[in-house]
Parts: sequence; structure tokens; C-alpha cells
Amino acid sequence: MSSDVLISGGTVIHATSTERADVLVRDGRVLAVGVDLDRPAGATVIDAEGCWVGPGFVDLHTHLREPGREEAETVLSGARAAAVGGYSAVVAMPNTEPAIDNAMVAQFVLDRGREAAVDVAVAGAITAGRLGEHLAEIAEMAALGVRLFTDDGTGVQNPLVMRRALTYARPLGVRLAQHCEDEALAAGGVMNEGEVSSRLGLAGRTAVAEEVMVQRDIELVRLTGCPLHFLHLSTARSIAMVTAARREGLPVTCEVAPHHLLLDDTACADFDAIFKVHPPLRTASDVSAARDALRDGRIDAVATDHAPHAPELKEMSFDDAPAGMLGLEHAASITLDVVGDDALRFFEVLSRAPAAIAQLRASDERPRHSAHGGDVREGDDANLVVFDPRQRYMVDREKLQSRAVNTPYDGRVFVGRTRALLVRGNVRVNEGSLS
Amino acid sequence: MIDSIAGRNLITLQHVSQQAIVEILDTADAFVEVNARAIKKVPTLKGRVVASLFFEESTRTRLSFETAAKRLSADVLSLAVASSSVKKGESLRDTIATIDALGIDAVVMRHSASGAPEQVSRFVPHVRVINAGDGQHQHPTQGLLDVFTIRQVLAERHGTTGRESGSELFVGLKVLIVGDLRHSRVARSDVMAYTTLGATVRVCAPGTLLPVDVSQWPVEVVENFDEALGWADVVGVLRLQKERGTGSLVPSLGEFTRTHGLTWERARRLSPSTLITHPGPMNRGVEIDSRVADLDVALMERQVANGVPIRMSVLYLSLAGRAPERSADE
Repeated sequence: MSSDVLISGGTVIHATSTERADVLVRDGRVLAVGVDLDRPAGATVIDAEGCWVGPGFVDLHTHLREPGREEAETVLSGARAAAVGGYSAVVAMPNTEPAIDNAMVAQFVLDRGREAAVDVAVAGAITAGRLGEHLAEIAEMAALGVRLFTDDGTGVQNPLVMRRALTYARPLGVRLAQHCEDEALAAGGVMNEGEVSSRLGLAGRTAVAEEVMVQRDIELVRLTGCPLHFLHLSTARSIAMVTAARREGLPVTCEVAPHHLLLDDTACADFDAIFKVHPPLRTASDVSAARDALRDGRIDAVATDHAPHAPELKEMSFDDAPAGMLGLEHAASITLDVVGDDALRFFEVLSRAPAAIAQLRASDERPRHSAHGGDVREGDDANLVVFDPRQRYMVDREKLQSRAVNTPYDGRVFVGRTRALLVRGNVRVNEGSLS
Repeated sequence: MIDSIAGRNLITLQHVSQQAIVEILDTADAFVEVNARAIKKVPTLKGRVVASLFFEESTRTRLSFETAAKRLSADVLSLAVASSSVKKGESLRDTIATIDALGIDAVVMRHSASGAPEQVSRFVPHVRVINAGDGQHQHPTQGLLDVFTIRQVLAERHGTTGRESGSELFVGLKVLIVGDLRHSRVARSDVMAYTTLGATVRVCAPGTLLPVDVSQWPVEVVENFDEALGWADVVGVLRLQKERGTGSLVPSLGEFTRTHGLTWERARRLSPSTLITHPGPMNRGVEIDSRVADLDVALMERQVANGVPIRMSVLYLSLAGRAPERSADE
């Protein structure tokens, strides 16, 4: 077994309280939480002075690209990026080649994940081949422990298919997640539709393409009673719609991507396809609305939509380049920038809420995965992050763990960085570096 | 703001100042004289290599640029890389790196994707990039030759020369741009060129052929085409870009002609001094009536002719890195 680990001198962030305490980890679990714990012989000591000690982050939205696009990312490289970002678990999106739309491919990714630096859960596709026509084998994937299903990359366009998927999923106890964009209305656009796209002569994706699908799906949730998670909401009105649905008591949750908390559509003005993403970077007022909603609880989770692409693809024209940008290594810094010193909120949106949505908590039935998003109490699985909320650093795209380099943050200075990460009691990151 | 394009790329007219535009026009005026000579060639860019890289076919613009480069004694590498023959997925960087390896000083580039020349300029910072039209973004030399042509005609009417008038003749000038603005890189460059020189610009188009948000453009959107025609000193007719899916944006070409075409009936109501421009190639009978296109006030042939001195001017300033010495030209 792994050796004992003593996390010393940090501030432990429980779900509803914080305390200055040490955390002792043994055999993959939290053995004790308390002040001035004795260091057992042979224990690894992690200096957490000035740091927050909380449950490892959980990413609901990671593109690991394996199988099919291993030149951009693999399960193992993506997991390393997740680890330095402070994540103890990620949910791998199913838009691989082939898609994760059956138990065999799901099993393949889960098996690859066993050797990874962090826990790798899998999201299955809603429809076969993500083509939006026939239901994928959801129940067989659910039997393997898959708890989240989405056609992410695109939304399920046909409302009848989506209704059937929700109706089919409901008794299985799984959650569907939707990438909301009506493709007909998005009309092949490559950036947010508005003043900037009109000036640049780039085809726009209207915010309404997202909003009509959000509203459509809210009505389908009302009709079917099946829970639904809204992926990467990017507009003020989308957030307002989901907020209203939640107030009605509908079983809906939502996430925001870090880039939608920081960047607006003016970032596209230099035609650098690094900034091409779906849904697109919106206006400054949408960014401001997303930040407010993350702070005040209307948005449940930050999820990275980490989307590695090979460099040559991002060097094509803005029209031709694929959409998506990296996120795992810097999402926590951006989240900190939004929530400030509210450590409870910080761990809620990065760990506890996403763990609940992905059904990765101790109370969930979760074959294959250890428990994430816990309270940092004796007996918890030791999936823990030590996060230094004051460390400044500059992003250098040459020093990423991800196999790809399509970060929109190259050269930017962030505050707040993962100092250490434990996954199942094993030290994966120490002093900011992979161990 | 850029106060001179000397030594710089020309990708957009967005940040090009009035001073810089006037410098380009004045330089072009000097080259008009060259083009009138029996031997239409100056040694200015001797030994320099200009690549013309057309990812989207355009015989007219390519010929105009290549003629301009040759009259400046530059060597021209002409690579017509029609979109159909470029495998989608080839990175811009690879294509430009191949050309650059041949040893070039400038690249004149046309691409169907907005922004491609700007991307290329980052890949080869040591090469001057001249945008010959990118997607629906900009076509700066077209915008420049349009204002050059208007300045030339107005100067003749006022018994002066373009160079003497500077930008004066644009003060209070009323320009109406009509048609497929949504898809038009020409319109985006024209708007910048005219307004930077001091003209007032109105635009008129079917709702579906206007860019979605022009609130920040220095233009006034007008609904009534016939009323606007009475207002205008210059009518810039745009080409209906049927190949860019305009077909599904208007009910029919016939309806477009009836609502926004410069028909014979409309042209007859124009003041006789109203000038008409069109960037070509024209869809005769769609956005402009064939007889209207042949009127004396329709400047299309002049626009084409002026393409060469304007492009000589742009290549010269961009590559030579300095304005021509006045004394030598005068």
C-alpha cells in the first residue's frame, strides 16, 4: 500500500465550514483530521501552509480524445493535465472515434483510465454514433457504471429523439447532458454572432441557437421528469432560463466553462483559431452574467470542456479549424478569479457539485470509482487537493501536461495553483509538479 | 491608427488613417503617369519577389496585382491554388512555408476564409502580406481603388488634380452602398475608405443581406432605396454573391432586382452627376441593369484601370518601406 501522507498546516475546506487542521491519510483513506497531528514514521509530509485543503476537483467535461485522436490527447496525457490542474476525477466525453456509444468502447476507456493519474469516469453517447437518430445502448453502458450521457460536440437536434432518450434514461437512474445549440439556427457559424462577427466577416452562431435548445429541453424535462444537465451555458439568457426552471423544481443542473468566465468574442478579432470554440465566446455582458451566476449559486459547476486539438488543425483558417480549447490546467485559477476568497464556493463548484452530478460521491452507487467531492472527514476516500490561492504563475504553452498546446491563456498571469494532489491516497502532484 | 503603410502589411483598412490613405492615393497618381507611358515600367522593385497566392480564383484581381508588380520590375511567382485543388485540412502554415522557402518578399493573397491573410502574416512575419480579398472580411485595394476613382473624377470636374485635392473632395460627399452587404468584403473596405476620407455613407439592403449588427459601423442604414438614390452623390452597387448562399436569403433574383436593383427606371431618376461604381464582375440584369452599367457615369472600366496604379502604390509603399520622393515624381 501507499505510505502515510500528512498534509500539514493548511485550511481544511469542509462542505459548510473551514478549519485550520492537518489531514492524515493512510491506505487510501482519510485517517484523521485535526490540529497538530503527529507525523507517523515514514509518512510523506505535504506542507500546506497558506493553502486550502479540500476534495479533489471533478471535471464533468473532459475530451480525452482516445480512441481516435491520440495525436491530440490520450487518456494518460489528459489525466496528467487533470492532475496538475487539481482534479482527482474527470468524466471523459464520448465524442471519440469511434464514439463511446456502446459498452465495448466505454469499457476500453475505463480500462485505459485504470492506469491514469486520476480517476477516469466515462460519459456515454445518447444516440448511436452521436448521429442524433437512434438511441445508443444506454442501459448496457449504465451497467458498467456510466452515469452521464451526452452527444456533446453537438446537441440532440431532433426533439422527438431527445424526448425518447429522457424517457428511456429516467428509470435507469442516469443523467443526460446536453450541448445546447440548434445547428440549423447556428447555420455553420464559427464565432458568436454580433458586432464583432459582422465586422470580421465571420459567420456567426447566434446566442438564440443555444437558448432555443435550452428552453426546448426544459420543456422536455417537464414532460418526462428525467434529470438533465446543461453543458457549458454561455449566454445570460440561457442561465436565466435554467434558473427559472430550477425554481419551478425541475431536475436540472448546469455548468459553465472557464473560458466563458474570462474571454469574450473580441478575442476572435485577430482570427486566431485558438479562440474558436462551441458554444462560442460571447459578449462581455454574457461573461459578466456567467461570473455573477457562478458566484451566487445559479450555476452548479465549472466544467472545463478541455478540448485538445493537434496544432496543425488550429493553424487552419478560422472557418476550417476545429472548435475547442484546453482547460484542465487553468480552470481552478479562473474559478478563483471569479469566486475570490470564498473557499466554500470554490470547492462547491469545482468538486462537490460536479461529483454529485456525475454520481461520484460516497453516497452514490459507483462501480469502479472511488468517492469524490467529499467533506474531508475521517473515513473518506483520500481524493484531496492542496490549493495555494496566492501563488502567481505565468502560463507557458510549452510546459503543459496536455499533449496539445491549444490553450487560449498562453502568456497570461494567473493567481492560484494546485500545490499537491492525492488520488486514492497516492501523491500525484507535489510542490506543483507531477510525482 | 496607422499613419502610413510604408513597410507594413495591408490586410484591412480598419486602422488605416486618412493620412495613410491619402499617401496611397497620391502615390497611385504618380503611377498613373507611368501607366500612360509607352514603356510602362519602373525599376523600383527590381530584384524583389512578389508571390501571388490565390486560394480562391479571381482572374481580374490576380492579373491586376501581377501587372502592378511587373510594372514595378518585381519578379512574380504566380500560384493559383484554387480552393478545389487545395485539400481541405492543409494548414495555412504549411502552404505559406512552402512558398516562403522559395524566397519571397511579399505575398498577395486571396482566400475564401475571413482572416486567412492575417493568420499568414503571423506565420511569416518577415514577409509583407497584401490582402487581395479574404472571405467576407476585407478587400482593401478594392476600397482604395474605389475612392481613388471617385477622387479622380471629382477632381476633373473641379478642374483640379487628385493630389492637390487630398481628401477635400470627400468632405460632405454622400455615398450610398447598396446590395449584398452581408457577404461583401468590398463593402467593409469601402465603408472604411470613404468614411476615413470624410464622406457620409448610407447603406441599403434587404434585411437578410445586411450584416447582423452594424451598430458600430460609421454608416446609416436606410430602408428606402429610392429615397436614398435621390440623396446620393455616389451609388456603390455591390455584386449579389449567389455563390455564397444568397439564394436562400432573398426570395428570388427578380424580387431582389425590383427592390434593390439599379434598374433603368431608377437610373433615369438619378441626378445626371450621380456616379455609379461596381466592383465587378457584374450580374447584369440583377443588381444593375445592362444599360445603366454602360452609362458614362458608371465608372467600372475606370475602376479596373485604376486597380493597377493603386496596387503599384500599395506594393511600392509596403515593400520599399517609404513614400516615393516627391521631387522625383514631379
